Order: sequence, then structure tokens, then C-alpha cells
Amino acid sequence: MKYKDYYQVLGVERDADIDAIKKAYRRLAHKYHPDVSKDPAGEEKFKEIADAYQTLKDPEKRAAYDQLGRHRPGQEFRPPPDWGKQFGDAPFSSDDIDLSELFAGLSSGRRHAGRQGGTFKMPGQDYEVTAHISLDDAARGATVDLNLTVPEYDEHGRLHRVERSFKARIPKGATDGQRLRLRGKGGKGFNGGPDGDLYLNIALHPHALYRVSGHDLYLDLPLTPWEAALGAVVEVPTLGGSVHLKVPPGTHAGQKLRLARRGLPKPSAEEGDLFAIVQIVVPTVLSERERALFKELSDGSTFNPRGHFEQEMRNEARTS
Amino acid sequence: MKLEQADAVWLDANHEFSFAELARFSGLSEAELRELVDYGVLTPTDPQGGEWTFGGDIVVTMQAAGRLRDDLELEPQALALALTLIGRIRELEAQLRGLRAQLPRRPP
Repeated sequence: MKYKDYYQVLGVERDADIDAIKKAYRRLAHKYHPDVSKDPAGEEKFKEIADAYQTLKDPEKRAAYDQLGRHRPGQEFRPPPDWGKQFGDAPFSSDDIDLSELFAGLSSGRRHAGRQGGTFKMPGQDYEVTAHISLDDAARGATVDLNLTVPEYDEHGRLHRVERSFKARIPKGATDGQRLRLRGKGGKGFNGGPDGDLYLNIALHPHALYRVSGHDLYLDLPLTPWEAALGAVVEVPTLGGSVHLKVPPGTHAGQKLRLARRGLPKPSAEEGDLFAIVQIVVPTVLSERERALFKELSDGSTFNPRGHFEQEMRNEARTS
Repeated sequence: MKLEQADAVWLDANHEFSFAELARFSGLSEAELRELVDYGVLTPTDPQGGEWTFGGDIVVTMQAAGRLRDDLELEPQALALALTLIGRIRELEAQLRGLRAQLPRRPP
């Protein structure tokens, strides 16, 4: 297993007293706690800090840790031969677990010493994983393959890493950041304790056309100036296929045209809406004929979209 | 190999959980949950009802509360304050997501 320097993780000396260890942990935990920190590396960092603190705050575990000797962080090592016996009769199965699991095993070994035939029930651990799905999967429901590597106790109370694979059915109605609970799919319970649960955090792949807000979808709808001015019927792609959308005459840029119930389905059998946001797009290259027509429009029109500038400036001057 | 299929339940307001379930999911005791109800950061579906139930959307927040209590050794009052602020951040993030969704992807 790989060595981790718990003193270095907390930034304390090897002879630091418990108060210094507690203080260092608190400072780092406030900074990196995943429920508080926005640091993307925060979760990994916090786990390291918490593992270090769990071991060093307990005098017995700290002594056991010190007995492992000093190695370079990341260096492969094995605990000394009598180490497990010396420290609370903790059984461990060596190579396929990591340092924090070794110490977790040590505490359960000690706490439940003589558990052969004992009745102490330990519930399995809960886990949380992120499932990345497409917008179409969210709309129709999907089945995702999940592979987890979880620490598990065998019948001798030894800790192993076990691969668990299963399919999870995600019912329709998902959206970004929504959670699902899969009962009993977390870590195995020990001694008849209930299995832990698995929590799925849904993350939607970005879509080329739609942007998601809750169960509503937003789509950019480019229109020509004449479509916007005269009104038009345009084809708009939706999750359920294309539909015809009536653009009223005099539509302006930024206007939201709502297509009711064309968004993502909700778990409660309702649907979100689809909003088409109008953009007015002009051709970057004009043909001779287009140029002539625009020129004619320019000469013939009295429309002034900036008429309010002068009026507003006059009002400002009067009130200030 | 045939894989076992697991069915999932949405953690949203339409799925209600009992007091005991919320305590089990979050790792908080019923007394601690009751205190969070007193502070107003946790609201049962029917506060006047006999048996309290809670919407599934609160489960994730209460799990965060359980972690914060354990990892940062927070007192109930500090925990309530942290939850209030986390709730406000989530609200603002949702608003920000909503506004971002309305911004055009390409300038016209």
C-alpha cells in the first residue's frame, strides 16, 4: 500500500500535541470541506485531511501509525510483521486496501474485538456517484452501468476492495443536479447490519442547441430582419420532433417565445417549457439585389430605434 | 454476465420520507433534526400534522448537515446558520444558471 504522511497533510510537526493537531485540522477543514468549498480539488484534499485527523487525534491509532515508520509520501510499503497483532488484533488483508481503510479496519477491529459470534451490527457505508447522461436520456429515462470499487468486510472481518457492477434505471424526469437514491446499493453491512445506499447525482451533458434551467430549455432562434418585422412561421426543433412556431409581426431581439410543455418532463408527469430566444441576424455578405432592397428600405423608412436617447438625456438633465 | 438492475427513487418534493428515515439518511439524531426544525431551516411537509414527514428534496441538504456537524464539529446553532447560508447560495446558483441559460450562445 502507498504511504501517506499524515503529519505533512495537516502541516504539523511529528511531535505536535493534540491541540496543535486539532487546530490544524479545523483550519484546513473549513477551507476544503466539499459542502463549503468551491475548489474542484477540495473533495480529494478534504478526504486526505479527514483521514489524517481521524488517525492522529486518537492516541492509539497515532501510535500505530508512528510504528509504520517514515516513508516518502506515495512510497509502497508494508506494515511491519507483528503490526496488526500489536494494535488491537486488527485483521487486514494487506495489499488491496489503502492506508485510511487500514486504520478504519483497525478501529472496527478494536471496537468489536471478539466479534466472532458477536451481535454487533454495522450498517454499510453510503456512497455518492455522478451519472453523466444526455438530454435525451433525461427526457426518456435511461439505464446506466455503474461500476464501484468499495471496501467490504469478508466473513472473517477482513477488509477487501470489491468491484460492484450493476445497472441503474434512471426514470424520466431527470435534470442537472437532481439526486436519486438507490436503496441498498452502497457498502455491504457487516454482521447483519443493513447495506448502505447509493446516491446518484445527475449531470447533463451540454447539448448543442438547448440550454437547461431546471426543467425548462432555452434555444437561440435566429430570425431575418424581415421575418421579425413581418412575422413568420418557422420550424423549431424540440425534444419530441420539430414544430411550427408562429413568430408575430414586430418581434424584437431578445424576446422569449414560449413553447409550452416542450421542455424536459418532470418526475410528476408535468413538463417544463421550451423558450426560443429571438436573435435578429443580418447577412454578412449581401447580393446586389439584397443591397439594393436594403438601400430602398433605408431611403423609404422613417423608423428611428434611437429616438428615446435624446428624450431620456433631456429628462436626466432636468432632474439632476 | 447478467447484471442486476436497481431502481432509483427521486429525491424530490414528491417523495416523502419519515422522521426516522431522514435521521438514518443524514446521520443526525431525531433530537438534532427537531432542533433544526425549531431554527426554521428544516420544514416538515405538514408542521401541524401528528407524524412529521419531509420532502425528498431536503435529504441532500440534511446529509450535508450531518457531514458538517461531524467534520467541522458544529453546534446546532452554527449548523443552522451554515444551512441558511448554503440554502441562499444554492438559490443564487439556480438563479445564475437560469440567467446563463437565457444568454445567447453565439452573438447574433
